[in-house]
Amino acid sequence: MADPLRRRPAAIKAVPVRHPGRWVAAVVVVAIVAEIVYTFATAPNLKWNVVGRFLFQRLIQQGIVVTLELTVLAMLIGIALGVIIAVMRLSPNPVVASASWFYIWFFRGTPVLVQIFLWFNLATVLPYIGLGIPFTAIHWQASTNSLIPAFIAATLGLGLNEAAYMAEIVRAGIISVEHGQTEAAQALGMTRLLVMRRIVLPQAMRVIIPPTGNETISMLKTTSLAFVASVPELFTRSQQIASANFYVIELAIVASIWYLLMTSILTVGQFYLERYFARGSQRALPPTPLQRFRRLLFSFHAPPPMPVDVPLSLPSEHR
Amino acid sequence: MSGTPMVKAEEVHKSFGRLEVLRGIDLEVDPGEVMCMIGPSGSGKSTFLRCINHLEKIDCGRLSVDGELVGYRERGDKLYELPDPEVCKKRSEIGMVFQRFNLFPHMTALQNVIEAPIRVKKENQGAAVARARSLLERVGLADKIDAYPNQLSGGQQQRVAIARALAMQPKLMLFDEPTSALDPELVGDVLDVMRGLANDGMTMVVVTHEMGFAREVGDTLVFMDGGVIVETGKPRDVLANPQHERTRAFLSKVL
Repeated sequence: MADPLRRRPAAIKAVPVRHPGRWVAAVVVVAIVAEIVYTFATAPNLKWNVVGRFLFQRLIQQGIVVTLELTVLAMLIGIALGVIIAVMRLSPNPVVASASWFYIWFFRGTPVLVQIFLWFNLATVLPYIGLGIPFTAIHWQASTNSLIPAFIAATLGLGLNEAAYMAEIVRAGIISVEHGQTEAAQALGMTRLLVMRRIVLPQAMRVIIPPTGNETISMLKTTSLAFVASVPELFTRSQQIASANFYVIELAIVASIWYLLMTSILTVGQFYLERYFARGSQRALPPTPLQRFRRLLFSFHAPPPMPVDVPLSLPSEHR
Repeated sequence: MSGTPMVKAEEVHKSFGRLEVLRGIDLEVDPGEVMCMIGPSGSGKSTFLRCINHLEKIDCGRLSVDGELVGYRERGDKLYELPDPEVCKKRSEIGMVFQRFNLFPHMTALQNVIEAPIRVKKENQGAAVARARSLLERVGLADKIDAYPNQLSGGQQQRVAIARALAMQPKLMLFDEPTSALDPELVGDVLDVMRGLANDGMTMVVVTHEMGFAREVGDTLVFMDGGVIVETGKPRDVLANPQHERTRAFLSKVL
């Protein structure tokens, strides 16, 4: 037993190990970045004032709104449909499970660009879409063009494609929940759907959330494919302007700056969302970027930080 | 008590693929009886327990709970498989406690206990909460009502799990090695709760390695090995004076 009255020994003071590699790497990286920045900043045919002029242009701003609308709607369709398809995929009903498998096979197996293109041009092969009950007079139909305008075509193309990916993400989350949870719930008399809704899905969230954040960031950029349906989103707008004034690269830079800004905001949001869902599963939460930056400033000489989940006590001695 | 046994097994067989885990189990558990099952791992004790509430399907033989077949309905000389909602309803009348507790980690102790009464039995919230509180008090956890499972010790978690099973007011309780995952000093609290249940007249089937508990609380002791029941009798007799060589060999290792 340690004597509680005994003083703690003084903290260790030692000359830290030097890390010359970090200085070499810093010099190389700074040199390369400086060269790239200098090349673009002084490129004679690149008009930075054009970039500045169009950065806050009204058409660009309208494009940003459409991009955000597309992202949100497509992700909502993707998540809602994805959960349904994932649950179907794990259903004991073979017909339902195969239907889900087929959906994923089809929508994951064809390019999303082609899918948007197909929805947009559906009217060329099916000028009318109708609903009716066979052998009765009850029938309703509308022209495909009025039913699926460009924006809807892009939303459907992006959303239905996303659902296939989300279904796989949700399925992975469901499978990650320990089987004992399902058994305990079944032993209490809960039906399959109740077990899924109340017990399994809430626990699957921890696994589902991080890749969903990824998918959202990815979706924000993929909305630029709505260009093929002439949906006036950010990229389409920038290229419409470029086709009038021929500043193609400048306007692509304008679009890129906005995409980068929006994905950066989403990245920060994703980080905090993951941190929130990590509670209870990790002993220490990962540091926020600010904390990490501060630590980096003060630890350029220091050894890499200790992993957070080192055991708090040493294993008991063997006899 | 009426003549209907709470659990009745006749020639119960169960295979996983080509491995036959249960090779003809015959036994009866009377209402109010506490039956303890012992035996080496892989002897089929847990599998048999899981068959009783239809978490596993038996391959041949007959298994009934409270006079009704498990998982089937018999009409004339034909067996009809029960649809899912009816299987669920029957399970809701049987409580089960697992070796690894299997509490729902995203719910507090109280929420764990009221979940099934509210969602399955459609009880109103107030009544469910009131009974959950008194159950948690009974297992000695009145002060842990709002704790999440990962804030509780193994012994506390297992007692919440017992309260959760009791909240459905079951007519039969199944315990699958309830103390095997616990630190030795926490085993006593869980066994105390189970002893209290037995004294209140609950019908219990307990798969266990706690010979002391089996001797003291059990009405019947069953020794299983290789998917068959080797020996049955009063716990005191079987433990003190085993009749079969296999039982003797097993007991000499664990006692």
